Order: sequence, then C-alpha cells, then structure tokens
Amino acid sequence: MTDNKLLEVEHLTMRFGGLVAIDDLSFNANKREITAIIGPNGAGKTTVFNCLTGFYVPTEGRLTLHADDGPRLLERTEGFRIPRNKGVARTFQNIRLFTGMTVLENLIVAQHNRLMEASAFSLAGLFNLGKYAKAEKEAVEKAEFWLEKVGLYAQADWNAGNLPYGSQRRLEIARAMCTDPSLLCLDEPAAGLNPRESAELNVLLQSIRDDQGVGCLLIEHDMSVVMQISDHVIVLDYGKKIADGNPEAVKNDPAVIRAYLGEEEDDELPPEVAADLHLDPKAQ
Amino acid sequence: MDWAYFLQQLINGLTLGAIYGLIAIGYTMVYGIIGMINFAHGEIYMIGAFHSLITFLICQAAGISGILPLTLLLMLFVSMVLTSVYGWGVERVAYRPLRGSFRLAALISAIGMSIFLQNFVQISQGARVKPMQPLVEGGITLMESANFDVQLSYMQIVIIVLTFVLMVVFSLLIAKTSLGRAQRACEQDRTMAGLLGVNVDRTISTTFVMGAALASVAGMMVTLYYGVIDFYIGFLAGVKAFTAAVLGGIGSLPGAMLGGLLIGLIEAFWSGYLTIEYKDVATFGILVLVLIFRPWGLLGKPEVEKV
Repeated sequence: MTDNKLLEVEHLTMRFGGLVAIDDLSFNANKREITAIIGPNGAGKTTVFNCLTGFYVPTEGRLTLHADDGPRLLERTEGFRIPRNKGVARTFQNIRLFTGMTVLENLIVAQHNRLMEASAFSLAGLFNLGKYAKAEKEAVEKAEFWLEKVGLYAQADWNAGNLPYGSQRRLEIARAMCTDPSLLCLDEPAAGLNPRESAELNVLLQSIRDDQGVGCLLIEHDMSVVMQISDHVIVLDYGKKIADGNPEAVKNDPAVIRAYLGEEEDDELPPEVAADLHLDPKAQ
Repeated sequence: MDWAYFLQQLINGLTLGAIYGLIAIGYTMVYGIIGMINFAHGEIYMIGAFHSLITFLICQAAGISGILPLTLLLMLFVSMVLTSVYGWGVERVAYRPLRGSFRLAALISAIGMSIFLQNFVQISQGARVKPMQPLVEGGITLMESANFDVQLSYMQIVIIVLTFVLMVVFSLLIAKTSLGRAQRACEQDRTMAGLLGVNVDRTISTTFVMGAALASVAGMMVTLYYGVIDFYIGFLAGVKAFTAAVLGGIGSLPGAMLGGLLIGLIEAFWSGYLTIEYKDVATFGILVLVLIFRPWGLLGKPEVEKV
C-alpha cells in the first residue's frame, strides 16, 4: 500500500484569524483511485483544494505529492508551478473556462509549458519553426484526443462560452487533463448536471482513473456519483475528519449520519407537543 | 475641391496615425491583461525617442553614421531593447506590488511613475529641445497640380511600412504563439491561467515589454520625422494614443490601430481645412463623445455584467 500513495496530507491546519477552517486533517489519496471528500456545507472541503493548489499557504501541516519523479511538497510550491510536470490540476465549483477562446484553444492553453519550452522566446512560435511546429502538433493531437473523449470534437472551433452547460463541465475536465496531471482535483463536477449527464460524468471519471491512471480527488454532494465511482471516501465536518474508508463503510458510519442529519432530538420535545403530534398524525 | 491638397493631408494623417497606433497598442494590451491604464506609457515612448537619439549620437561619434541602414537598424534595435527594460522595470516597481490592491492604487502609481520619468529625463538629459538631423531625406512627388505638389517622403514610407509590418507580426504573435494564447488566457481569468501552468507574472511583464518596444519604435519614428524631441513629448502623444485606444475599443488590438489612424487623420484634416490651433480640441472632443456615446469603442465589445 505504501508505494501506492499519491497524495499525503499530514496534519493540515488552516486558520483564518480565529476561524479554524481545517483542523489537523490527515489523509492519503492513492494512485489510480478516486478519493471523494464529502461533508456538509462549510466543512472545509474547498479549503483543502485551495491549499493543494497553492491559493492558501497552510498554517500548519505538510502536503506531499508523490509524482513519478519523486515527492514534492505542494505547500512550498508557487501556484503556477503546481500543475507543471505531472502535478496537480483542478476545476472549480463554478465554471471557469476561457469563454472568449475556442474550445480547442482552451485545451492548448493548458499545454502552455511544453509549448513555451519549444518556442524559443516565441521566435520559433512566430515563424512556426521545426521544434515548435512539432510541439504544437502534439498539443493539438492531445487536445483532439480529449475532445473525442468528452464528445466535443465537432464543437472544437466553437467559442467555449457558447457550449451548453453540461459540455462546459466536461470541457473543464478535459482542459485539466491536458495539463497532464498525476492528481486531478474536481470541485463538484456534477453540480447542475441532469441525471444522464451525471452518468456520463461517472463513465468519464472512471476512464480517467482506469485508462489514464490518474488519481482523482473529488468534492461532491451528489451521492449517486460519490457512491458509484469512488474507491475511498473521506468525510469532513467542521474542518475535522470524521470518517475515512470505503463508500459502504462510510455510508453506515453513525458519525457521518449524525453530521448530515443531526442528532435525534425526539426526547427533547415538551411532553404536550409530543402528545399533540401523536394525536394528529397529519402534522408529522 | 482641391484633390492634391486632400491627398497630401491623407498622407500626413496616415503617418501620424501610424505613430499613434503604435503607442495605442501598448495602452490596449496592458488594459486587456490587467485592466489598468498605464499612464506612464507616454513617457516610455518619450524615453524610446531619447534612446534612439542617443544611439544616433554614439553612432556619429563612432563614425558609422554614414552607413545609413546600419545606423537606422542600430537605433531601432538599441532603442527597442533599452526601452523594453524601462517598460519591464515600471511594471516591476510600480504595478506588481499593487496587483492585489484596489484598482485606483495602480492608476495613481502610474501617474506618479509618469511624473517621475518625465523629471528623470528632464534632469538627466536637460530641459532644452533636442534637435535631430534628418537622416532619411527626399521623397516622391505623387501628383503635380497648379499650386501644389503632393509629396510622399521616404520617411513617411518608412513609418507606414514599418508600422504595417509590426502590426502583422504582433497580431500573429497574439493569435498563433503560445505566448499570445497565454496572454489572452490571462486576460480572461488570471487565476485559472495560473492553475494551468501559465506563469502569470511573467506573461504580464512580457506584455509591458512588448508595449514598450512598440512605443520605442514610435518614439524613434517621431525623432526622425519631426527632428526635435524634448522630455515633455510623452504627455500629449500619450494622451492622444490613449484617446486612439479608447476610440478603437480599449482591449482590442485592431481597434488600437484603427483608432490611431482615425485620430491621425482627424488631426491632419482638421489642421488642413479648419484651424491648426484647435486640432487638440478636436481630438479630445472625440474622446469625450466616445466615452459618452460608445464607451466600448468602435471594435470593442460592451462589457456585459453576468449576474
């Protein structure tokens, strides 16, 4: 198990002034697995992502990404370097495509680093010289591969902003995958999708895990997605981890049920109210 | 109507417009990427003019000013490189530390930078007007009429051709290269561009460098065309180029060029047919009209706030 670790989060704590958003959180995410992070609103799920992708510098703790070329400490990496060379890619809760660019260009921007290396201060890029032409051809091929995969090949030259909502979601995932990550962080990818689109998303994420061998970290409220595709579920509540395990075990964990549904409070009802409730079954 | 006179004004207007357009691109690119008006850009243009003059004087001292093409290329190259360093430095010193700050902060910083650069050149180079001997002389007589010959000087040809070439090169750079793509991506969503591995700070710096390089070309052209420069030329040219950028639609590259040409033509025709004293009033009157009736300019898109 140990050499299968992809992301190691150790004692992560994030404080904003007096507010503790994440409190001593430790978990692992493995290679070739989909790890879901769930929890009620405000539990600190997105904050974890923000720490992983360099938006926040954690107050305490260590975030290690075990990429192919050795471990990397994410909390010490500058934001824009995190996606570099098998790093971390991410999508947001709200869609953040480059709406003024075409679908294809969105995917090529994601391969910026490799193209920049080949472009020799943009001179080669301007005249489309050998090495750059080759790099660009590869970039376009990769983009086409992902367009095919998310079913947007025919819309490659559309303005990304004109795509329907569900397609924009899929394009975002394709764009994140074009950075060639070893860890893909998805923040509520199923939000706003209809059941059919949601099922398609499941297939896409499973294929990313199985065919590309990329580990996914998933924040999701849609339990049909979480329970069907995740291999490992972590439940947060008020910044603390309250459960960690496979979906089946987590689903039946009393702590999780309590966090989602609250304590049973029947006993605390005043007797006369309880009596009323029993007298009038419709009121229940 | 005297067609010869009209043609002559057209040529003069296009030449002037090309210069404004080159400066306007710097305004429009910087606005596009970080959403601020770089009011020090006019000063960058003025510094470009000084760099080209200084390079010429060094060439003269070295005795190579007789070889005209070499001198011109050296002036162009040295001025572009040195002025780019200024453009980069201005961004690094005055704008980058304020990037997370409120919008007005960078604007005030820009005005401060403009005053600083003006005074820096005034003190280091002297306040007197600097003469420059004409290097590219002569021209073609296009049309002879009874009282007037239409002249197209070689210098005007150089300005218009060079501007055209630079425009094509820069448009390709923005449209085709990964640098241009990164710039357009940063323009739309800097955070997301950073998450895809684009070095946002460097992309913004490059934008300033590109704007400064174009402004320095404009500065050199003005030095050669008018033959006099001083530390104060950046102010008026800067504000006019800004007007051009707004007229064309700020943020739009072809818009900046179109706006520049239009402002140049308006100035030339206004001076030619109406009064030369009121030409600046005409230009800035246009700025007011555009801002009132079409604030997004001719080629820009109106900003739609999404709810």
